[in-house]
Amino acid sequence: MSGIPSYASTGQRVWYYTFRVICGVIFFFLIAPIVVVMPLSFNAQDFFTFTPEMLRLDPAGYSLKHYRDFFSSPDWQQALGNSVTIAPVATLLSVGFGTLAAIGLSQPHVPFRRAIMAILISPMIVPLIISAAGMYFFYSRLGLQGSYWGVVLAHAALGIPFVIITVTATLVGFDHSLTRAAANMGADPVTTFRRVQMPLILPGVISGALFAFITSFDEVVVVLFVGSASQKTLPWQMFLGLREQISPTILAVATILVVISIALLTTVELLRRRSEKLRGMSPQ
Amino acid sequence: MSDTTLDGPVLAADGTPLKRSLARALRRQKLRALMLIAPLLIFILVTFIMPVADMLFRSVENGIVEDTLPRTVVALADWDADSGELPSEAVFAAMAADLKDAAEAKTHTKVGSRLNYENPGISSLFRKTGRRAKKFDIEADGPWKEQLIDINDGWGEREVWRTIQTYSPTYTAGYYLNAVDMQVGTDGAEMRPEDERIYMLLLKRTLWMSLLITFSCILLGYPVAWILANLPMRQANLLMILVLLPFWTSLLVRTSAWKILLQQQGVINDILVWIGLVADDNRLVMINNQFGTIVAMTHILLPFMILPMYSVMQTIPPSYLRAAKSLGATDWTAFWRVYFPQTVPGIGAGSILVFILAIGYYITPALVGGTTGTFISNRIAFHISTSLNWGLAAALGAILLAVVLALYWAYDKIVGIDNVKLG
Repeated sequence: MSGIPSYASTGQRVWYYTFRVICGVIFFFLIAPIVVVMPLSFNAQDFFTFTPEMLRLDPAGYSLKHYRDFFSSPDWQQALGNSVTIAPVATLLSVGFGTLAAIGLSQPHVPFRRAIMAILISPMIVPLIISAAGMYFFYSRLGLQGSYWGVVLAHAALGIPFVIITVTATLVGFDHSLTRAAANMGADPVTTFRRVQMPLILPGVISGALFAFITSFDEVVVVLFVGSASQKTLPWQMFLGLREQISPTILAVATILVVISIALLTTVELLRRRSEKLRGMSPQ
Repeated sequence: MSDTTLDGPVLAADGTPLKRSLARALRRQKLRALMLIAPLLIFILVTFIMPVADMLFRSVENGIVEDTLPRTVVALADWDADSGELPSEAVFAAMAADLKDAAEAKTHTKVGSRLNYENPGISSLFRKTGRRAKKFDIEADGPWKEQLIDINDGWGEREVWRTIQTYSPTYTAGYYLNAVDMQVGTDGAEMRPEDERIYMLLLKRTLWMSLLITFSCILLGYPVAWILANLPMRQANLLMILVLLPFWTSLLVRTSAWKILLQQQGVINDILVWIGLVADDNRLVMINNQFGTIVAMTHILLPFMILPMYSVMQTIPPSYLRAAKSLGATDWTAFWRVYFPQTVPGIGAGSILVFILAIGYYITPALVGGTTGTFISNRIAFHISTSLNWGLAAALGAILLAVVLALYWAYDKIVGIDNVKLG
């Protein structure tokens, strides 16, 4: 749809522009809720809507008050600390196990491939409340409920499907003659993996890692059940804030999280392009 | 001479028959692949599959009655609940002995609350009797029939004994019956009274709202996917950001954004009042009801619909539409008869994905759903953390899981799990 042809009838022209307007409205629907949160987080009042001062762009209507609240409240700081210590470890576990398994799964002859794949993807499919309840009961029996490692293991399990999916996708285009060539030239399997295979699948591994990270970083249902008050994460604190006394500090946290997601999104996009270029799948 | 070499088995370099040598190589290859997969498989089995299986087992497990009241269960086995008579003195004596042990071990309240799920009132019967049970002298006191009925009239009711008898086996279908609003009555399973049926209603509501959400996602996602697939690469990539940013943004951020937008003193109501569409004292109630849940969840799940549709639409050559038009088709016919049928796999993939995700949602309905917009997940959470009826929670979970797995199976058949794409 590159422009509208000169022979188009009036009806076609009307439809062409109406359609664009409809799409514009849907794009607005997608992005507006996220964008609206940002200016509201600079509100000088404790309101969740634009005050007259803000609409007049009066500097007095804006302040960093809610951000100061966030950085000075022990509750929020503890939550931030927990999120930052849980997510990376969970990611490391998912990526380590996941990458190995993805390489195994992309070998030409794997018995029970479909069944194994179905099991490995299942944490993504099973409704979170069921996973959370199951883990709550099972981990209590092992003494892991309410412990740091309990939450880390649970989050690692939830992140694994994403690693498997992204890494196997990168391996689909992988040319196995490259590893054979390396072996032919005398490289042992470890060197082949480290010097030949890993650099090629690295973009997939990193984007899988980012998915696993964001899964753990955003996760709230499982941590509500598996964790105890001392594992309270950022999303948990937000959930409590939204449920009980809704405080405008949430807007500041939301804005910070949106900025983090923009950074992650940019990284994933750059990696995807790099991977396509490396594997020669992109025309550039 | 040449005949013998042709007839004999083909040999590999080391002298073994080639067939066996190849088979061994293949076996080794398979083993190596499995070795790479094994650590993760074990990890997932222990951290994920076993917990879920363990929880599902709770939906049929009923050992507590047999464990706490072992003598009563044996003695009660021969009693005919329809005979119109109370159980014999032996049963009462067994119950008294069991209660004495249970009260000493402090387990009588647990079995009381287990049986209370089936017959409200039993919990207090066990609690009150248990308080006196520690002082029972099984040999000297008696007869127990009079003694127990004297302590609490409940022991004189045949329904109480019927409940104990019905729920004495180690495994029970009772939680499942409960989960579909049925109960064990005098002649087997029957529907509960009209005003006690809540779970079927909840299940129907969950399915209905998930369908509505899926449908609104198709409606909103189709034009967007189309325009993304048909714009020049550079513009499409820019617009793609508008789809991917919500996808990457925290679920709680998006839910809180909707909570802020939709509330009565929120941005949307303010704008409507400012335009003059709505009077200031008559602001719309858009949150804590079904409307709020549907809007917020449509927004949250929309990227999951757009991305599969987009990847299918990208593969459809634009020349097909041009060919249809040059053969005399109108715009609508060309779209409906040529373009649309080719996008059906994308719609199917997106719909199943969105539906699977929607049906198990917990956070968003809990925050913006109020009482009328909650899903079955919220009820499961309630039974786990508040009412502590874990068996019922497990049964509801098993039903939900069965629906999801059926859809997952369909998704695997139609799309293939390997073809799931992210971002």
